[in-house]
Amino acid sequence: MPKLSSPNDLKEYRESIKNKTFDPDALRARVCCGTACAATGAHKVIDSFQKEAADSGVEIEIVKTGCQGICQKGPVLKIEPMNIFYQRTKPADVASIMNYSMVGNMPYRQGLYRDSILDDPIPLMNDIPFYKKQKRIALRNNGVVDPNNIDHFIAVGGYAGLEKALFSMSPDEVLNEVDKANLRGRGGAGFPAGKKWAHTKSAPGDIKLVIANGDEGDPGAFMDRSIMEGDPHGLLEGMAINAYAIGAQYGFVYVRHEYPLAVKNLKIAIKQAEELGLLGNNILGTDFSFTVDIREGAGAFVCGESTALVASIEGERGFPRPRPPRLSQPGGGAWGFPTNLNNIETFACVPIIIEKGADYFTSIGTKTSPGTKVFALTGKVKNTGLVEVPMGITLREIIFDIGGGMLGDKEFKAVQTGGPSGGCLPAENLDLKVDFDTLWAAGSMMGSGGMVVLDEDTCMVDVAKFFLSFTQSESCGKCPPCRIGTYQMLQILERITAGEGEQGDIRKLVELGQYIQKGSLCGLGQSAPNPVLSTIKYFREEYEEHIYEKYCRANVCSGTGAFVIDQNTCFRCGLCKEACAFGAVTETKTRYIIDRNACTQCKACYTACPIDAVLIKKPRHVTLEEVFKVPTEDIEIIDRRARMILKDILDKKPSAVITVTQDQTADAAVNLMAEKKVSDVLVVDDSGKLAGIFTERDVVRNIHAKINLETTPIKDIMTKQVTSFEPSTEISTAIQVIAKEGIRHLPVVEGDKIVGMITYRDLVAYVLPEVIYMAEAIY
Amino acid sequence: MKVDDVIGIVSEKLSDEQKKRGVLIHAFQSLQEEHNYLPEDVLVTLADDLGLPLSYVYSTATFYKQFYFTPRGRKIVKICTGTACHVRGASAVMDKITDEFGVKDGETTEDLAMTLETVGCIGCCGLAPVATINEDIIGEIDNKKLDSMIETIKE
Ligand SMILES: Cc1cc2nc3c(=O)[nH]c(=O)nc-3n(C[C@H](O)[C@H](O)[C@H](O)COP(=O)(O)O)c2cc1C
Ligand code: SF4
Ligand code: SF4
Ligand code: FES
Ligand code: FES
Repeated sequence: MPKLSSPNDLKEYRESIKNKTFDPDALRARVCCGTACAATGAHKVIDSFQKEAADSGVEIEIVKTGCQGICQKGPVLKIEPMNIFYQRTKPADVASIMNYSMVGNMPYRQGLYRDSILDDPIPLMNDIPFYKKQKRIALRNNGVVDPNNIDHFIAVGGYAGLEKALFSMSPDEVLNEVDKANLRGRGGAGFPAGKKWAHTKSAPGDIKLVIANGDEGDPGAFMDRSIMEGDPHGLLEGMAINAYAIGAQYGFVYVRHEYPLAVKNLKIAIKQAEELGLLGNNILGTDFSFTVDIREGAGAFVCGESTALVASIEGERGFPRPRPPRLSQPGGGAWGFPTNLNNIETFACVPIIIEKGADYFTSIGTKTSPGTKVFALTGKVKNTGLVEVPMGITLREIIFDIGGGMLGDKEFKAVQTGGPSGGCLPAENLDLKVDFDTLWAAGSMMGSGGMVVLDEDTCMVDVAKFFLSFTQSESCGKCPPCRIGTYQMLQILERITAGEGEQGDIRKLVELGQYIQKGSLCGLGQSAPNPVLSTIKYFREEYEEHIYEKYCRANVCSGTGAFVIDQNTCFRCGLCKEACAFGAVTETKTRYIIDRNACTQCKACYTACPIDAVLIKKPRHVTLEEVFKVPTEDIEIIDRRARMILKDILDKKPSAVITVTQDQTADAAVNLMAEKKVSDVLVVDDSGKLAGIFTERDVVRNIHAKINLETTPIKDIMTKQVTSFEPSTEISTAIQVIAKEGIRHLPVVEGDKIVGMITYRDLVAYVLPEVIYMAEAIY
Repeated sequence: MKVDDVIGIVSEKLSDEQKKRGVLIHAFQSLQEEHNYLPEDVLVTLADDLGLPLSYVYSTATFYKQFYFTPRGRKIVKICTGTACHVRGASAVMDKITDEFGVKDGETTEDLAMTLETVGCIGCCGLAPVATINEDIIGEIDNKKLDSMIETIKE
């Protein structure tokens, strides 16, 4: 390869490869060779293409691209020039694909994407709902170029940003452009890259470093991986522009150790760029020199934190340290040199900002969060994969339009963003706009871009426990609040999910969480409690169910719930009995039943049953069913009613409140009771406040005591100690109080205002079904 | 192993001490690749060669999850327990393999046939639940694939 030593060389080189690269009329297959597609057989598909082409004598070009996004439908590929998109391609499909779409000009319908088997197939990539709302900046070359071929990258405009920076902009102008674009760090915190660059630039010292953070520790995110694997030159170009702007000479990419393909592709890319003179000494003939090296991580999540990362590069244990000094300050970066550290995706956005200008970048996204963000959309959603969307798009659009909605048409429960540092947002937040500040305000965060969709079968307590056990095991152990606090929180969560939660556990979790947030040195500890706190905030009910009812509504936590066999569904196959290690499934002449005294709630029978006949119910419900013979369908009603409040009764049957004033005679009150056919009147003072109650019982008592009702003012003989109730009192509480105090009338009072009157009769009528079943059981 | 090669061009700006430390993690990685774990004598030699205290070498190596100090199995089975895999049933996969081979996370069978490990996301979340056997990735694991995985491990 020639070494390019001027902008003109690069222009000529670009021209020279244009003719032989990506000829618009040529037959071409762009086959995704990203990790997921490779795992599902992309390389076998390529072998078939090569064989078919050789056999049929048709000349085709095969481009092995990085991840094209829709990983779940892999292996995926595009056939050009018709631009037809194929998914779930098997080697056996290749002959037909070639015949239809390369020799002929028809789509091969069996290989196309369909929303569902009943929908028409969609031949073009951009017509697929998954791609429609996406906007590709960071992923612009993913799925287009062969990452091991620098010519591909240059042919589609690669290194044009670097060229423009070097030859028509001063370092300050480059920095200002990035600052003007308000590019915010994609690694989690959203700190403006321009500000960070300026700090490093202004630090004293001749030697400066640029580090790209490719540690990608969030266990459910893989956008940085896809960029490093699929578009390594995009990353290198961004780093070089950064180095030019701040006057840095050395660059490092710190790659997570689980990403061997990223290391391989980056190494190849660095070598190619050096050979062409796009990295190394005197880049494109200028006096700007910049080299890039790779450092592999060694499996420690905390090393994604910037000070720990630097320690790891230096060959130390990856302990975070207090700042200042910041990395950008002398003594703060690697080996003490001022260092600018950004996330991979942040760097990948830089060339576009330089090439197209800050105004282009800020025209996308929102005012405070311009540009796009890549998300790894996973979990219980139909189309999983990598999506790049303009900031400001709603969660609903991402999950339901791009993601195609819930898998198996289950009900949406929550979406987790920000990985182990983030939080879970419930359905009422689906219309939130996705940007740094909005997610933060809602109690979650953008994080590096993991987005996990959770459905009704996901237990929120279990999810919180999952993230906490991750951060707990990844804590470096330096700060006691983080090390011990997360352990304690995890113990509590273990107990709750094992059905051994106690009253007060939720409060303890919140207190511990706040303490850990405040007392930890680095972001790991400071954010570790977030998943727990946000699920408590939005899904407290589920915690309470685990603790008070020993029940997990998602049937996830073993150790909770009452196991029963639905005899109507069961077809007596006996698999549950075989599965139970505790002999709790017993066999009678006609059926299988679960002996709850022996059952350990291990869920073995539940998993074993082929037709979901083993049900996990609330223990309280099962007791009701069995002791009181309540049919299942009525349980729901009873349960709902028991949880209702007095206001619900008032809303349903507004009762007349009959009042008299204190100075009226008792006789007047009795007449009023007879006339209105009520068993009591309420006595109010001049301001309308409840002063006493006069009931049938008072009448009997006073007649028996020979009091002259006609002359006595009511205030002398009324009951002055009135038990009144707030409208928000739960019905079950009200029943307990009237039983304990032996009263039959419940004045409902809001502040000083009487808002209703409920008698024990109203209560009985309202919870009648429960009462009837209980009565039946007693007689 | 040449220290300057590993450190790269930045070595021109570093002191000898910084360079020695800077190659350490890389050294562990290549030694582990060679021996499949980090045997004690190899670490002792490394400490001697670099002139670094053995305690420093050990404390650094043990900090990182990637490094092992006991021999590992011929087949390394990694079950992904990242978020996406967790919500799509990774624990069932883990349970089945644990039952079948009688080893827990991080353990090796007595005949050194296999080591069971967990990993937090291997970047194929779209195919969750996912596992790897040595270099091979197995995605969308269902009962059928689990059985064939077990066959593969036993081979
Ligand atoms: C425990 C912990 C882990 C982190 N992991 C990563 C990571 O894997 N990738 C990343 O880019 N940033 C990670 N960060 C954030 C980095 O510290 C840093 O803020 C970021 O890389 C800066 O780049 P940006 O400004 O471009 O976002 C992590 C932070 C903490 C506290
Ligand atoms: S907060 Fe946790 S991970 Fe961070 S430095 Fe302290 S102990 Fe280590
Ligand atoms: S496994 Fe299911 S269907 Fe079979 S006996 Fe048990 S409950 Fe009935
Ligand atoms: S790996 Fe092929 S689409 Fe993601
Ligand atoms: S969570 Fe398992 S591959 Fe990402």
